Amino acid sequence: MLGDEAIAQAGIDAGMSGMYAYPGTPSTEIMEYVMKSDVAKENNIHADWSTNEKTSMESALGMSYAGKRSICAMKHVGLNVAADSFINSAITGVNGGLIVVSADDPSMHSSQNEQDNRFYGKFAQIPILEPVNQQEAYDMVHYGFELSEKFKVPVLMRITTRLAHSRAGVITRDRQAQNELMLPKDPMQFILLPSVARKNYRTLISNFDSFVEASEKTEFNKYYDADDKSLGIITCGIAYNYLVENYEDQNVPYPVLRIGQYPLPRKQIEKIMSECDEVLVVEDGYPMIEEMLKGYLKKEKVRGRLDGSLPRDGELNPNLVMAAIKKEKFEIEPLPATVANRMPAMCKGCGHIDAYIAMNEALLDYGKGRVFADIGCYTLGAYEPYQAISTCVDMGASITMAKGAADAGLVPAVAVIGDSTFTHSGITGLLDAVIEDTPITVVISDNYTTGMTGGQDSHALGRIEKICEGVGVKPEHIRVFHPTPANHDEMVALLKEELAYDGVSVIIPRRQCVQTMKDKELVMKVKELGLNKKN
Amino acid sequence: MKSDIILSGVGGQGIISIASAIGGAALANDVHLKQAEVHGMSQRGGAVQSTLRLSSKPIASDLIAYGAADMILSIEPMESLRYLPYLKPEGWLVTNSVPFVNIDDYPDMDEVIAEIKKVKNHIIIDADGIAAKVATKRASNMVLFGAATHFIDLPLESFKDGIRQIFAKKGDAIINSNIDAMMAGREAAAEFLK
Repeated sequence: MLGDEAIAQAGIDAGMSGMYAYPGTPSTEIMEYVMKSDVAKENNIHADWSTNEKTSMESALGMSYAGKRSICAMKHVGLNVAADSFINSAITGVNGGLIVVSADDPSMHSSQNEQDNRFYGKFAQIPILEPVNQQEAYDMVHYGFELSEKFKVPVLMRITTRLAHSRAGVITRDRQAQNELMLPKDPMQFILLPSVARKNYRTLISNFDSFVEASEKTEFNKYYDADDKSLGIITCGIAYNYLVENYEDQNVPYPVLRIGQYPLPRKQIEKIMSECDEVLVVEDGYPMIEEMLKGYLKKEKVRGRLDGSLPRDGELNPNLVMAAIKKEKFEIEPLPATVANRMPAMCKGCGHIDAYIAMNEALLDYGKGRVFADIGCYTLGAYEPYQAISTCVDMGASITMAKGAADAGLVPAVAVIGDSTFTHSGITGLLDAVIEDTPITVVISDNYTTGMTGGQDSHALGRIEKICEGVGVKPEHIRVFHPTPANHDEMVALLKEELAYDGVSVIIPRRQCVQTMKDKELVMKVKELGLNKKN
Repeated sequence: MKSDIILSGVGGQGIISIASAIGGAALANDVHLKQAEVHGMSQRGGAVQSTLRLSSKPIASDLIAYGAADMILSIEPMESLRYLPYLKPEGWLVTNSVPFVNIDDYPDMDEVIAEIKKVKNHIIIDADGIAAKVATKRASNMVLFGAATHFIDLPLESFKDGIRQIFAKKGDAIINSNIDAMMAGREAAAEFLK
């Protein structure tokens, strides 16, 4: 099973009562697996998408409050959205075990950055688990729940794309029962008034030494001693695989410390650092451990990304690790010139395309540089031949950046956002604009789905107009149209009208995502909601 | 036994099915397996790749090292070239000859074929054509699978079982049709091995 699937199956087998998530590559398959599981259904395990990662984190925490086990999964940037509750969940502590899974994306295969969320675990001062393979991911969920319930803290599990989306055999265990509903013993535990929070925080800090001790004793931190001490190698998570791939029968001649649980195991770190002439730190992410060990004044003989032994950014592979050991440079052979880039593009027949073509024409008189876009398939409108957008920063930023630009005098300012992204984090920005009556034109491109991640349910379905009216957009400036080539001229005229309007406009190009046409449930829901009205 | 295979193509061409069929065959023979894939872009006509690793010993890395792949198996000719740096010097490049042209600057097919022929061990077959003749055009991925079977040290019957597994829900007719496609691809590739 995929690394993602191993985690999902483990959650079911370890007696979780709830799975909470928002779609995000490479974490999406975790929730999808639980949603498809008959066992999960029969045992009433919550498995529905949340509106965003913050709500999913908080719901998971609520389940924990009630004494039951839950997993909250997201991609790395998703933890930025959930950060408020994530950090404070370390202060409240948990009741039922809680595992937060962060699926990071080194090399940004499908993301805006390659942030390393082990830093969040360090920031929150909680244990982190980082599996080396699919089997360990499975086992660590069981262990993680126990650890969480023992220390009454949430546990962060950090994986990366190459584990999340890679399949291997996994040996599973018998399913254990879910916890009973049970309130926290201390009725003040979850109330973060300063007086309580200070007390809780001191407990968290005082637990740190116990977390280190657990790391020193755990089987997930393995020390492979060897005779050649000219070099010691510390690996984190799957980086271990890239190291041993280079050696026959995985026999590395140097001492290796394989890290799978944080905080770092002090004894083992001290051993490898004192016994070896040099230490190479291999992390599939930021040089977090490398930097810690190197020290600010760079006195230690530590090598890794910071000294150029490994590239500063991007994911690792076996070749890079071997080159680092040999102190050589590895460069990929250039491809033959005949190989052209085959960039991802919007599908043939996508409604976003027709909306962009109309938008580009409507904006001709105003010039380029005023379209603030968001995260989804429509971000691909940045490429030729559309070149329709100017920004894409984070979920919901389209509307709020358009507002800021309009405040600066860039009028009209247009925001382009998808339906699922809109409910994820566009509503609050829209409210800002409505309250100040900022002249922005918000295009909510409604394709009834969360498309880029594979067509998951969108919480916006059938709700967009009502939400906009509820927020306070004037009904006569909420315009819906059906984006097709045939309707092009009408769309252009409509857009021009709203661009000229000196207030908040919401334009909703509405057409089902072509990739979801075979989804019978969705087609039926759309029919029931009467969404497919022609202009 | 060991087989490190890079599967490549364009989103929607069915490389995951090939990986699943080979994977099924591997697991039935107690062979260790790791299969990594690229999700998300597969719906949008982008280049896609799957890494398939088989071994009688435990496998460490999910990624194949550059210069270590035993085979590049590609449903699309230009895509086969994209992963050349992965192929070991004696490795096999096995590809469909039919291009998928969804970009403006798709290169001249003569150049593409010429580059493929520079690889010492190569097999170019018209997988689409063969599939259309013995099964349906959609089975071109199974034709390629057949071509690859020469280079994976597993029993032929296991490969057929792999196909039986992935198409189990579609009934005997479809299963047999895909097995025919696989065998036809195997035959076509045999020509190159003479």
